[in-house]
Amino acid sequence: MQKLYLLVPLAPLLGAIIAGLFGRYVGPTWSHRATILLVFVSFLASVRIFFDVMEGNTFNGTVYTWLITGDTRFEVGFLIDQLSAIMMIVVSFVSLMVHIYTIGYMHDDPGYQRFFSYISLFTFSMMMLVMSNNFVQLFFGWEAVGLVSYLLIGFWYTRPTAIYANMKAFLVNRVGDFGFLLGIAMILMYFGTLDYASVFAQSSDFANEKIELFPGIPWYVISVICILLFIGAMGKSAQFPLHVWLPDSMEGPTPISALIHAATMVTAGIFMVARMSPLFELSETALTAVLIIGGITTLFMALVAVVQNDIKRVVAFSTLSQLGYMTVALGASAYSAAIFHLMTHAFFKAVLFLGAGSVIIAMHHEQDMQKMGGLKRYMPITYATMFIAALASAGVPGFSGFFSKDAIIEAVHFSSIPGAGFAYFCVLTTVFVTALYTFRLIFMTFHGQERMDKHTKEHLHESPWVVTVPLVILAVPTIAAGWLIDPVVVGDYFKNVIYVDTNHDAIKQLSTEFTGVIGMMSHALSTAPFWLSLIGIFTAWYLYCIQTAIPEKIKNHFGIIYNLLDRKYFIDEFYSWFFASGARNLGTVLWKYGDVKIIDGFFVNGTAKVVALSASIVRRYQTGYIYHYAFTMIVGIVVILTFWLY
Amino acid sequence: MSSGFPLLSLIIWLPIVFGVAVFATGSDRNAALARWIALVGSLLGFLIAIPLGNGFDTTTSAMQFTESYPWFERFNVNYHIGIDGISMPLILLNCFFTPIVVMAGWEVIKERVSQYMGAFLVMSGIVNGVFASLDAVLFYVFWEASLIPMFLIIGIWGGPNRVYAAIKFFLYTLLGSLLMLVALIYLYQTSGGSFSILDYHQLPIPFTPQILIFIAFFLAFAVKVPMWPVHTWLPDAHVEAPTGGSVILAAILLKLGGYGFLRFALPITPDASHYLASTVIALSLIAVVYIGLIALMQADMKKLIAYSSVAHMGFVTLGFFLFNAYGIEGAMVQMISHGFISGAMFLCVGVLYDRLHSRQIADYGGVVNKMPVFAAFFMLFAMANAGLPGTSGFVGEFMVIMGSIKISFWYAFLAATTLITGAAYTLWMYKRVIFGAVASPAVEGLEDISKREFAILTILAIFVLWFGLYPYPLTDVMHASVDHLLNHVSNSKL
Repeated sequence: MQKLYLLVPLAPLLGAIIAGLFGRYVGPTWSHRATILLVFVSFLASVRIFFDVMEGNTFNGTVYTWLITGDTRFEVGFLIDQLSAIMMIVVSFVSLMVHIYTIGYMHDDPGYQRFFSYISLFTFSMMMLVMSNNFVQLFFGWEAVGLVSYLLIGFWYTRPTAIYANMKAFLVNRVGDFGFLLGIAMILMYFGTLDYASVFAQSSDFANEKIELFPGIPWYVISVICILLFIGAMGKSAQFPLHVWLPDSMEGPTPISALIHAATMVTAGIFMVARMSPLFELSETALTAVLIIGGITTLFMALVAVVQNDIKRVVAFSTLSQLGYMTVALGASAYSAAIFHLMTHAFFKAVLFLGAGSVIIAMHHEQDMQKMGGLKRYMPITYATMFIAALASAGVPGFSGFFSKDAIIEAVHFSSIPGAGFAYFCVLTTVFVTALYTFRLIFMTFHGQERMDKHTKEHLHESPWVVTVPLVILAVPTIAAGWLIDPVVVGDYFKNVIYVDTNHDAIKQLSTEFTGVIGMMSHALSTAPFWLSLIGIFTAWYLYCIQTAIPEKIKNHFGIIYNLLDRKYFIDEFYSWFFASGARNLGTVLWKYGDVKIIDGFFVNGTAKVVALSASIVRRYQTGYIYHYAFTMIVGIVVILTFWLY
Repeated sequence: MSSGFPLLSLIIWLPIVFGVAVFATGSDRNAALARWIALVGSLLGFLIAIPLGNGFDTTTSAMQFTESYPWFERFNVNYHIGIDGISMPLILLNCFFTPIVVMAGWEVIKERVSQYMGAFLVMSGIVNGVFASLDAVLFYVFWEASLIPMFLIIGIWGGPNRVYAAIKFFLYTLLGSLLMLVALIYLYQTSGGSFSILDYHQLPIPFTPQILIFIAFFLAFAVKVPMWPVHTWLPDAHVEAPTGGSVILAAILLKLGGYGFLRFALPITPDASHYLASTVIALSLIAVVYIGLIALMQADMKKLIAYSSVAHMGFVTLGFFLFNAYGIEGAMVQMISHGFISGAMFLCVGVLYDRLHSRQIADYGGVVNKMPVFAAFFMLFAMANAGLPGTSGFVGEFMVIMGSIKISFWYAFLAATTLITGAAYTLWMYKRVIFGAVASPAVEGLEDISKREFAILTILAIFVLWFGLYPYPLTDVMHASVDHLLNHVSNSKL
């Protein structure tokens, strides 16, 4: 079994090497064959491991010793348990689908092999992240997925917007990683190890330990650690105010938007916090921060999605909002619900993105929904799968998203952690907004008038099978995955993996009320979320299918609000003014004045000038005339004699 | 541990002998011969250094491969050499880089080939001498001698402003080391007539003289590292130096300063080191933060990398003065890793410079369209420069940050800003040079790297990844010596 563990990350790595270093020689076809086969191997191994874990065979062990310094040993190793097993399946499955889909989406791109190499490399990195049993390897995977994300956002490197977006993504993530690394450093300082198991075993010993970061203000060590770690999660999982990179990341090819920027990488932060539950449970302060940040992201990003016209951007903002849901769940100590939503979201969001990609190919790389409409006639499979995903996204009972989202909303409702009230308001309101923007997308794209130009219209057709088959396959768990709520959330699947403090009993209350999947659905009919989502769908239908003139009127009437949403609250503008220009100006000032003027100009060259100047003065006395020297000598003798005699 | 065979002497003198042989080929009519002798000499120099690594005993902190012969008996000066876990990796690094720069200058240097190649070989031997010397006079001779080849390399094969840069380099570093000479003579007097560095380690010194000696050492080494605010010679020297000069300067010569701290300042004046640690740490953190911001605004690629070197070397001095194993070992790892990465970065810039004869970022753009293989290498090294985990650049920074948080959260906080600034200046440069549409007809005419360049960059890439994924051997070598040093430094000498 341990060899199988190694196979999971290494198979995709081999694929990445084949396609990346030797892609030139093996050609496009063999590149995609090799990578797909190896990711498939990884997927099969993950499934096998999953069933092994279900039988109770978890694993925590070392692969090799990375470094020994002082008395600390840093190791590369795997922790295989219920949490990593579920992540491994999700990652390898979505990755496999995206690999297949890519054959169709990228088939005439000159960077074909490079693309396959990158997505396989991503799969390797993500596996290293989720399978890690220690913080160093976690950080390795964490930054490695960031690197691949950087490479893929800038995949079309001649586009100025793409290479701006990828740098922005990397740097914003680095801001998060800055906090994350400090968190790791504090863990090492207090716990003396970076191995998960040893850290968690000692965590309660430090529950009352305090540190004074500012003299006279003691803070709980655990709170500081958790907030620092969460800053890392905010970067990776694009939580406000570090969310700005995700919408721009849509500059990358659509398959990676599905794989990296929706289904897997961006959920790394959620995964990490769930993994760290023994730490976060000790700090209500940190949980409150998580709740508030999650709540803000959920609601405010969903609102932005309503006014976007670029089909990928709608889905991107939807991703932000859904990640907010997961974060809120973490804050409410409903870790299992967060992971569950992570899983269902991975499926339905992958469908939405890949479906959007399918539409984009059909529309000859047109992404503006205002130029679409009526596509369902031409693309029935894409339409059907996206519609299913939209239902799941909006949380209609029976579809996967309903179960996971309802679990989160209920858990927040039960939570007594400070900030839960605000978060509850956010997640509840967002149900309506989610239904509205999701179905706005469906209706604008697939229903109504055909607004595309004649040329595009003539060429409209359903995408090839390599595109539609992954959509159909992914649509299956989009419907069905929700039924796993029984074991995963309310059951004891995560019993030994996720630690929940007895005071934070939201999930426990949820479990006592849980009466089975059918019961949950029928109960939902009498609760607010169901009606809110129904109203949302209805509103979307009314505005974008029946009275299509109204949205324009609303837009004109509420110009300020529209602008605020359309410009994403002007956060990008603020960052670019304050941080980007600020750093550049500061750098210029320090350089021009600090280095050039003061150090070099005054001290270094100044010294040289003083030496030169004094030399030029002293030189005048070296006249070469004997009588000058004789005269100086006489003066000298007189002075010395005077001094001597008196 | 002396094996009888004077391996260490061979490692010092063989490159010098070959260097002289290269000089002897004379004018450029024999350029090919000069190149081949230089290559053979540098490769031999590297090959004979391998037994040094293999035969090294990692369990002891004592000096190994020692040799000692009287030199000036009248003053008790000895030809005393030996290595421990601190100097050994640095010698290997130096022997590794000599063939690299010989190959890097293979076709590029067309004038005065024999002098160019010879200078690098002589330099290689001298630097090995610095790392191996256990006698203060011997050390000082090698130390000052190392200035001469680099002075010539910058002054003769450098860019348009080479004379200013060469003189600045020479005077700056000479000025620093003169005070060191005074300190060494003082130590000779107080130790009762010994020039043995190891004797100095044991010598009790009162507090005030310790402070003064420390300051003398500090100036010599701080200029070499270089630390803020005595760093301004480095950007000029790098900008004007030919590619090979920049590589050796960044990869090897800066390490002399770092080595000096570990061999002299810390063990000879431990009390002063502790007393002044917070000052040194402050200067190091200024280097990390302030220089990071300055690097962001550089329009010249070499200047940018030079400033980034200063910031990275800030981690080295920061690590030394934390007085814990993470810090010192991290700083050592950072020195080795910085050697590979900055060397590779300068080689990458050299590849571009050889083609377009410009170092200005603005003259490039869209290079990836014409040089995809080069772009891939450059990406790897750029990411390593930004400290990406999995590359060697991460390991040292990680260890130093882990070490500094034990002293103060805010040290770690400021040091960790390199995660952001380091990525910002490196990637912004990469974006402007490599990405984008082809920016000019000159870029349109670029050709991808040759087999020779490919080979050089591949070797460096392997090391950057190796030490990133498996740094264990690096720290394993230095454990015993660093432990011993820490132990030594924790005892007062008052």
